[in-house]
Amino acid sequence: MKNLKDAEHLLRVAAVFLVAIALFAILRSHFVPRSFGEYGHYRGDAIGEIAALPVSFAGHGACESCHSDILEKKKAGKHAGVSCEACHGPLAKHADDPAGIVPTKLDTAVLCVKCHEANPAKPLWFPQVASQDHSAGLPCDTCHQPHSPVIDSGAKK
Amino acid sequence: MNITRRKVLMLLPAAAVAWEYVLAGTPEAAPNYNRTQHWWAMLIDITKCIGCGNCVRACAEENHVPEGYFRTWVERYHVDDWPSENPIVDSPDGGKHGFPPNGESGGKNFFVPKMCNHCADSPCTQVCPVGATFMTPDGVVLIDQKYCLGCRYCVQACPYGCRYINPDKKVAEKCTLCYHRITKGLTTACCEACPTGARQLADLKNPNDPIHEFVRTHSVQVLKPHLATGAKVIYNGLDRSVR
Repeated sequence: MKNLKDAEHLLRVAAVFLVAIALFAILRSHFVPRSFGEYGHYRGDAIGEIAALPVSFAGHGACESCHSDILEKKKAGKHAGVSCEACHGPLAKHADDPAGIVPTKLDTAVLCVKCHEANPAKPLWFPQVASQDHSAGLPCDTCHQPHSPVIDSGAKK
Repeated sequence: MNITRRKVLMLLPAAAVAWEYVLAGTPEAAPNYNRTQHWWAMLIDITKCIGCGNCVRACAEENHVPEGYFRTWVERYHVDDWPSENPIVDSPDGGKHGFPPNGESGGKNFFVPKMCNHCADSPCTQVCPVGATFMTPDGVVLIDQKYCLGCRYCVQACPYGCRYINPDKKVAEKCTLCYHRITKGLTTACCEACPTGARQLADLKNPNDPIHEFVRTHSVQVLKPHLATGAKVIYNGLDRSVR
């Protein structure tokens, strides 16, 4: 027992170490999220949080489930591969609430030239026009039906 | 029962661990989506890009990208007939509003859409000091905005210049390959909005994905292959001058 008494200062240091280690364990378990390291050196829950963000573009599948008439029209024409929201913009809200949120009608005078205005950097296969020479500012749907853009004199109905 | 100091000290760590479980709750998961069954990539066909800027606008709207910053952008290249080493590259407002004529005539002119390459061996994820950016098991490089310190290390590390610091949140942001869309069975916003199919989302783990036949029948390339980043944005028709 005499020896132990001499070692009392060592036991005190050991106690301080134990407290420090315990404190470290407490703080660590508090600050490091539970999912950290689930898949790698990062917070695993972050994947689910990012995946859960809301979408703005509904996707053409959502459009086609209601607008099958337009789909039929598009299928036959050159714009078959262009998805609805490429021109109409993000409409997930309209897909969720078709009656409440109604998309505005597009102005073909400004819409079509976004793609079809002539530019030397565009690939040659792509149909391009110099809009001023081509239509002198008339809206494109005077002659072309946007969903199937062949020349159609009765396009604007 | 006597509560001694000793007992309190022994119980504290256990209590802390238990409390952490209470706080964490259940992680959110997308239904019917198995992360181990996919390995996402993107195919960009330069021969189809018309520089309309639809992808840039769609990305900004889908992901609330701040004005003046880009998760995807389109560059216009003009390569002179001679010398062809130094192309003139411009990208007015990231190509968001299309490309006005730049007065260049002759030579070779084309558009190159750019975005995060979701590199399999990405430099940006390796330099993050806090584990805030990472590659998911399905091959998408993401940023944990709750963990990001905004130290900008990753912004400097990306050899493709695809990251920026959000001016309001002061954290790093970049293309997520629309992770919130592809896990729901949708394609990315840029692919959805591309009118010519110049962009195609591809799942390299899906044997029926058209990417496999495309890669087999075309000469494709990635950007900066000499850096061995394992870039997964595959370009068709990439010109030598593109960097």
